[in-house]
Amino acid sequence: MTVAINTKKMTLVQAVTDGLRTMLEEDERVLLLGEDVGVNGGVFRATDGLCEAFGEERVIDTPLAESGIVGTSIGLAMNGFIPIVEIQFLGFIYPAFNQIMTHATRIRARTKGRFTVPMVIRAPYGAGVRAPEIHSDSAEALFTHMPGIKVVVPSNPYDAKGLLIASIEDPDPVLFLEPMKIYRAGKGEVPEGKYTVEIGKGNRLKEGEDVSIFAWGAMVKVAMDAAEKMEEKGVSCDVIDLRTLYPLDKDIIAETVQKTGRAVIVHEAPLSGGVGSDIVSLINDTSFLYMRAPIERVAGFDTPMPFFNLEDDYIPDSTRVQKAIEKAVSF
Amino acid sequence: MGKTLEQIENQFDMVQILNENGEIVNEEAMPELSDDELKELMHRMVYTRVLDQRSISLNRQGRLGFYAPTAGQEASQLASHFALDKEDWILPGYRDVPQLIWHGLPLYKAFLFSRGHFVGNQMEGVNALSPQIIIGAQITQTAGVALGLKKKGKNNVAITYTGDGGASQGDFYEGMNFAGAYKAPAIFVVQNNRFAISVPVEKQSAAKTIAQKAVAAGIHGVRVDGMDVFAVYAAVKEARDRAINGEGPTLIETMTYRYGPHTMAGDDPTRYRTEDLDNEWEKKDPIVRFRKYLESKGLWSEEEENKVVDQAKEEIKAAIKKADEAPKQKVTDLIDIMYEELPNNLREQREEYSAKESK
Ligand SMILES: Cc1ncc(C[n+]2csc(CCOP(=O)(O)OP(=O)(O)O)c2C)c(N)n1
Repeated sequence: MTVAINTKKMTLVQAVTDGLRTMLEEDERVLLLGEDVGVNGGVFRATDGLCEAFGEERVIDTPLAESGIVGTSIGLAMNGFIPIVEIQFLGFIYPAFNQIMTHATRIRARTKGRFTVPMVIRAPYGAGVRAPEIHSDSAEALFTHMPGIKVVVPSNPYDAKGLLIASIEDPDPVLFLEPMKIYRAGKGEVPEGKYTVEIGKGNRLKEGEDVSIFAWGAMVKVAMDAAEKMEEKGVSCDVIDLRTLYPLDKDIIAETVQKTGRAVIVHEAPLSGGVGSDIVSLINDTSFLYMRAPIERVAGFDTPMPFFNLEDDYIPDSTRVQKAIEKAVSF
Repeated sequence: MGKTLEQIENQFDMVQILNENGEIVNEEAMPELSDDELKELMHRMVYTRVLDQRSISLNRQGRLGFYAPTAGQEASQLASHFALDKEDWILPGYRDVPQLIWHGLPLYKAFLFSRGHFVGNQMEGVNALSPQIIIGAQITQTAGVALGLKKKGKNNVAITYTGDGGASQGDFYEGMNFAGAYKAPAIFVVQNNRFAISVPVEKQSAAKTIAQKAVAAGIHGVRVDGMDVFAVYAAVKEARDRAINGEGPTLIETMTYRYGPHTMAGDDPTRYRTEDLDNEWEKKDPIVRFRKYLESKGLWSEEEENKVVDQAKEEIKAAIKKADEAPKQKVTDLIDIMYEELPNNLREQREEYSAKESK
């Protein structure tokens, strides 16, 4: 890790752009591909100015076809390039599912390392911007169940840039999920130049004794808000931003619940088969005898993310998280 | 030696019947339409332009949600629809709400769709599917709906719409290929408005036209002036007749333009289009040239047009009011329609939510 000296205040999406710029400058094998990433700078402006700076040979507006974008990028990756793919919204990744599930994730093992796929797939995800159907999916669990790819989710500008650079440098495919609800939710200090945040490491955002709260992406803010409200009621919360969903940070999960004996997991995706279930399993594996209460999960319900009129009712809010915390501590 | 690529591509020159000055330039190809039909089509075009303008301002006031502007594409959308039968099936893209409305979708439901209310997708009695968000997915389904119509012995077609960008999706090729293989009564309309959000059509494909992609599927393909009601109508009419005669599907590329932004969610066309290009296309306006034609035949007047504008405004107002009155949707409403019979996990979640909602 390089120590950077100067910092700048930026939003999460600006930090993404900054990370992309840093790596386009650093390594000429890096290419950006996606719909509208070039002249338009991306529909969320995540690639703003990059086509101007690095040219259309490196920042490539692709035809509209996700399977084509990912398949082509796999080919480029096997041929020595480092493609960074933008899927315009995570909900549009499904046409590319085949390429990821059956190839991107398996090529290294299939060819015993002769070919590898050092590709990053970036995708804005999650609800909260009142977009039409399918734009707001939280489909992370489809990919954490896919051996051969890593799944990374930043929740603040600093982590966004550092994790993105780590993902680009990772020799294997990484799905990099960008919580669009907090793309511009506030600014944070971001170092200039290159630095990394290690993949596979969670981050303790708040130290506490009574209950552990796990969240990622846009749900981190919700978890923090609930933790602060509960603090006023005398419940002390240990809040963990997991940051990587595959591989999960088993150490931090075990360490925190062995301290508190209670856990609340917050995610936006549907409850059944969600990443929360994996966390529960890890707690079971590592810390069963430490637990003083059943583990609570606050999640979306088992439907697709509803049309945006209902999204506020779907996404876990602070009140629901507080209730779960109360339930855990009063068990 | 077979034909050169150039020879093949040159077969797809754009068909025009009504030019920019409102003159018929291709008498032979002129479709048969009665005076009343002509007036009705104009009525729909003017009405839809007003609806577009109102929808944009209602969106800006926060009274509508998701909206993809339609101005510029009225001939592509409405003249193609005009060649259909009420019993034909439409599989639209997200910009194709006007065709749904003229196929029978009440206006207030279109507004509820825009507001992200699921009643907006409940289109009982209208032979149409919901506007497609996943670009391309509707195209393969069209092959299936069309095949079903054929198997049932219906004299109807399934028509689907996508854009120039949509023609890059794998589903586009699969849909045409399946429909071709089954000789299914399908019509694939690609509204080539030159941009997929910001990406110009030249970047989508090395092919000079989208219509020529029909060749590989072994189906008919035609490229028409999408600002020309007659060219669009005639192409769909012919495709429909052929489909019903068991002669298989057709791909129709309509050359058109969207005047507005891609959607109302922050798209800024000045980032990727020049004002010159906008002006060039606005000169081709489908309503202006149709009006000129109708006026020259004594079939249309300013008075008549104003009447349509007023009627549209009034109906839009009433429909917004009706949309406002729609009951607030609830989480449990959605859970209830997930399965024919609710599985236990959803039954539990339903209980949790109904307790919350009853508060
Ligand atoms: C599978 C999929 N990928 C990406 C998108 C995002 N998206 C919405 S509209 C659009 C451009 C579509 O352009 P085109 O097909 O030409 O139709 P137009 O909007 O011009 O009518 C894109 C990329 C989507 N909705 N679905």
